[in-house]
Amino acid sequence: MAANNPAQLDPMKTLHEIEEKFEMFQILNEDGEIVNEQANPNLSDEELVELMSRMVYTRILDQRSISLNRQGRLGFYAPTAGQEASQLASQFALEKEDFILPGYRDVPQIVWHGLPLWQAFLFSRGHFMGNQIPEGVNVFPPQIIIGAQFIQAAGVALGMQKRGKKSIAISYTGDGGSSQGDFYEGINFAGAFRVPAVFIVQNNQFAISTPRELQTAAKTIAQKGIAAGIPSVLVDGMDPLAVYAATKDARERAIKGDGPSLIETVCYRYGPHTMAGDDPTRYRTSETDSEWEKKDPIVRFRKYLETKGIWNEEKEAEVIEKAKEEIKEAVKKADAAPKQKVTDLINIMYEENPYNLDEQLAYYTEKESK
Amino acid sequence: MAQMTMIQAITDALRTELKNDENVLVFGEDVGVNGGVFRATEGLQKEFGEDRVFDTPLAESGIGGLAVGLSLQGFRPVPEIQFFGFVFEVMDSIAGQLARMRFRTGGAFNAPVTIRSPFGGGVHTPEMHADSLELLMTSTPGIKVVIPSTPYDAKGLLISAIRDNDPVIFLEHMKLYRSFRGEVPEEEYTIPLGKADVKREGKDLTIIAYGAMVHESLKAAEELEKEGHSVEVIDLRTVQPLDIETIIASVEKTNRAMVVQEAQKQAGIAANIVAEITERAILSLEAPVLRVTAPDTVFPFSQAETVWLPNSKDIVNTAKKVLTF
Repeated sequence: MAANNPAQLDPMKTLHEIEEKFEMFQILNEDGEIVNEQANPNLSDEELVELMSRMVYTRILDQRSISLNRQGRLGFYAPTAGQEASQLASQFALEKEDFILPGYRDVPQIVWHGLPLWQAFLFSRGHFMGNQIPEGVNVFPPQIIIGAQFIQAAGVALGMQKRGKKSIAISYTGDGGSSQGDFYEGINFAGAFRVPAVFIVQNNQFAISTPRELQTAAKTIAQKGIAAGIPSVLVDGMDPLAVYAATKDARERAIKGDGPSLIETVCYRYGPHTMAGDDPTRYRTSETDSEWEKKDPIVRFRKYLETKGIWNEEKEAEVIEKAKEEIKEAVKKADAAPKQKVTDLINIMYEENPYNLDEQLAYYTEKESK
Repeated sequence: MAQMTMIQAITDALRTELKNDENVLVFGEDVGVNGGVFRATEGLQKEFGEDRVFDTPLAESGIGGLAVGLSLQGFRPVPEIQFFGFVFEVMDSIAGQLARMRFRTGGAFNAPVTIRSPFGGGVHTPEMHADSLELLMTSTPGIKVVIPSTPYDAKGLLISAIRDNDPVIFLEHMKLYRSFRGEVPEEEYTIPLGKADVKREGKDLTIIAYGAMVHESLKAAEELEKEGHSVEVIDLRTVQPLDIETIIASVEKTNRAMVVQEAQKQAGIAANIVAEITERAILSLEAPVLRVTAPDTVFPFSQAETVWLPNSKDIVNTAKKVLTF
């Protein structure tokens, strides 16, 4: 004890040293070149093509969703373009039995994890069937309360641990979400119980209009994991290989019984916060937008795959065509869902209706018959 | 006189009090550069500076705790909770702390805090945005709860709320933000808290309502007028404390009453009013006091909200039961 007792208090130095440790982990740079061969997850050609296809598909899904929203054919929608690597490469590192607790921008991950697209559209339209997760699909509906999913992820992971499952819980929030009490409680509980959880903060630079630097004095969000005593990394969130490798690494640690991890993926949302009237020109410049567009995850991954000779325009056109076709089908299927009634909602309140809901069921049956 | 929407009247009230009192601070998520997600604080940061009007990190509990702390330093905080559906995150600061500040310090401290927050159905929000959760507030002794229904009332009530030395929850119905304009004086004026407004006079039936339901009640009153019924509509404006005097005077005049609320039946603002009327004026009543409310489900997924929300037809139907009892 005495030997290590510092001669003088210097907490500023300690803080500085910790912050300096958090360097951005990158494997594939903006030009599509491998800059960190040692960390390359060495995905097979097939896997690389699959991940690229999902990213291209999801970009199209985003464009179509925005246009459907403008036509009044979708409701609540939080655009995803720019975040494909953060969202899809992390999900790509999961197994089917892993459980995803998403925020409301994280619809792509749960779709790729098995939620049928037509249900995602119903969620957007404000229809309860959108959240009726099919048996065997290990996801929770998108969380509306920012950060609430983080504590729940600790609970899901604790449950998995108690059941002796070899799977993990993974949860997503944003830079804004990392300011919520729920964020701290979630990573702290998960650490205290040493549960198999992975927490991803997609730092897309703005919580609606509030820039990252107003959220916290901390230099990185990743370093917040240190206080909870859990391993944490800062990752280039526009680099699909880095996001994949970091998630895979965290997952393996969790499965081995070494507890939870925190991953900050540094990325950008190209579009507005949601389609409900947010105007990004009020709070960010087109210069910033174009700086980030240069880092685009799809552009750099395309370059990498083309250099490897496993991707070309024709292949991409095929994926785009497939996406458009499937989206059209999913919209049709969503259109075919029965109109949501108040009486449906009354019947999903409890296992058995109490007297008041029984009476109201009768009232609304009549109101809806007119 | 200027014609303003409710949101403009609210901005005007905030500007008035930021000018009048240097202790007034406006803060919350996206209220600065962005002017709030509904633009209620549009231009205020530019006009009064980042010291007086500022963005906070994203944490409702943090915003509530900050308000408690700033009031201990003599400020008059006017925080915004972006949507009232998020209030659960800040319940301890409101119900556990602000509401008890004067009480638990025997008056040594008080909390002149006004929490503004949008709520209310009919605008197709996602879940947890539109819920009518005013009962959570009114069932908490120590706070006042104000819900304006017109631009004029919004400005006068908000100025009073900010000047009040106890915590006030000021709930702004999203559907009323821009649905119509009304006359609003450009100069400052106040409307006392705890004072209802008779929005329409009548002699056969009293309808007691607040928020968006005032307008549905007025529509219903017009319908009923065509059938020869003279209906009085009371806009509570402040749901805690109630203006019991105005309510009872009206009931003693009309002998029949009903209460309309957008909240679920079990979220009993209306239940409390019914109880107050029966306790104080049962001998004046010629019919039971009935309620028009939403059903006892969670606020619906947006596709069903039009049917879920009480409307003027529901009010007319119930009114006829009361009138013909």
